[in-house]
Amino acid sequence: MTGTPLKTFFAPDSRSTVAAEAEARPAPAITVRGLGVRFGSKLALSGVDMDFPTGRITALIGPSGCGKTTLLRSLNRLHDTTPGARVLGSVHLGDLDVYAPEINPTEIRARIGMVFQRPNPFPTLSIYDNVVSGLRLNGIRKKAILNDAAESALQSAALWDSVSHKLKTSAMRLSGGEQQRLCIARALAVEPDVLLMDEPTSALDPIATSRIETLLRALVKQVTIIIVTHNMQQAARVSDYCAFLMVEEDRVGHLVEEGLTLQIFSKPADPRTEEYVTGRIG
Amino acid sequence: MSVVAASQVDRRTLIRQSARKSHRRRQIAGVVAAALCGLGLCIALVPLISIVALTVSKGIAAWSVDFFTRLPTPAGIPGGGIVNALVGSLIIDGLAAVMALPVGFIVALFLAEHEGRLANTVRFVVDVAAGLPAITIGLFAYAIVVLPEGHFSALSASVALAVLMLPIAIRAGETAIRTVPQDLWEAGIALGIRRARVARSLVIVSALPGLVTASLLAISRAIGEAAPLLFTAIGSQVFATSLGQPMASLSLVVYFDGIQPYPDLQRTAWGTALTLLVIVMLLNVSSRLLARRMRRFTR
Repeated sequence: MTGTPLKTFFAPDSRSTVAAEAEARPAPAITVRGLGVRFGSKLALSGVDMDFPTGRITALIGPSGCGKTTLLRSLNRLHDTTPGARVLGSVHLGDLDVYAPEINPTEIRARIGMVFQRPNPFPTLSIYDNVVSGLRLNGIRKKAILNDAAESALQSAALWDSVSHKLKTSAMRLSGGEQQRLCIARALAVEPDVLLMDEPTSALDPIATSRIETLLRALVKQVTIIIVTHNMQQAARVSDYCAFLMVEEDRVGHLVEEGLTLQIFSKPADPRTEEYVTGRIG
Repeated sequence: MSVVAASQVDRRTLIRQSARKSHRRRQIAGVVAAALCGLGLCIALVPLISIVALTVSKGIAAWSVDFFTRLPTPAGIPGGGIVNALVGSLIIDGLAAVMALPVGFIVALFLAEHEGRLANTVRFVVDVAAGLPAITIGLFAYAIVVLPEGHFSALSASVALAVLMLPIAIRAGETAIRTVPQDLWEAGIALGIRRARVARSLVIVSALPGLVTASLLAISRAIGEAAPLLFTAIGSQVFATSLGQPMASLSLVVYFDGIQPYPDLQRTAWGTALTLLVIVMLLNVSSRLLARRMRRFTR
């Protein structure tokens, strides 16, 4: 049952470079060692060691409750805002220890942007104000800078052409897919090194989903992307690297294996990975 | 395998027959229930409508241009008005709102964003405070402002009303802030914006329509209260604008003129009651309109 049919998941032209990359894995943008997360007395994730390669898309896959989102949110210290949550182990952004006591979490979050499952533009702000909110609310006032940032972020999110004439209208007037691209633009405007995406297309229709997937392939040239997805085909289509997490009866969420997406989907090392990617579990 | 067992056929027939029979019964039950709801609604509306009808019919006779523009006259002398009470209420309630609302909304933000023992304690205290009899609050203001100062004053009345408004502003404000989805917090935090800034520039702004409603609710509750003003503002026959002096207020006019044996003063009381009713109604309607307007995005 090894997956020749799985090959059909891959878009024909998407990653011709990736195969050649097998021996030259890029330097990590984010390194995690012994990462675990505890909510109150309940351990949700434990012992994750992994490198997220720079300038690549890494997909986190696995069945519900395996800790994909928990892992993602520990990278930008978003668990800080959850009462009772404790992150164990270490996360490094380049050489920077993300959880070092002297580190200001807001700086980390400006360098590691995030896009959520449901599009969450600020409802009271216009399209323009949404895009520049991360800059403006961090004290940048110069019109010229804000305008430049807004245009380039919207260009990167493939939204500029459709909204450039109505920047001052409410973000809520956009369609779901456009709202999600606006959220991507808003995250990009802060010029992050890494972009975390938590099932960014699960609330979108197939056309909007495919637009975002295309966008991700274009974006990865400028920013490292880590994406959580429930959709195996999506992981196969967009990611360069793939990490499979799992929760088992006697073991909390943990990393089973990670590697090149092609390899994970065609000849995974662990039988559980194979069962999952071929749809027999999860 | 496709043949259905005989017992299953019997059961199906039984279920369908029984459904048909009970349909009629359920229809009747539905009509009865709807009628009961209607009856309950009428019973609830009767006192409300009679109060409004009585106040309008008795109060409208007192209304005139003079009523709103002139100072009160002694019993028996026609042409008196309540302009001092109108202005007095405006000053007393306005000052009370300025004192209570900002503090109230800051506490509301705290309650909406923090779980834990301190938040629960604060919430409990606020709930108790909301149930405090208004007259007790008046006594409190008397003790902490009037006694030390040695005289009645509009300021002491504002303090009393501020204490009265505070729990309303806190609880209504908390509800308004809680309606802002958690998504929005996370969106802001994940952009690397400081928590305080997210609260101020994104959450509060989104909660603004609700906060406006909360403000007007608190003000309209306070404006009709007479008890907290009895030994604070105490009322006045003259046009007072100084916070250090006794001041007239609409609710006090209703109370003091209403208990007089003179028909013209009683008429003034009704006219003032109608004025209060209209003000409260306007506050409610405008809070709704304003909230709707703010929700509709225009820029």
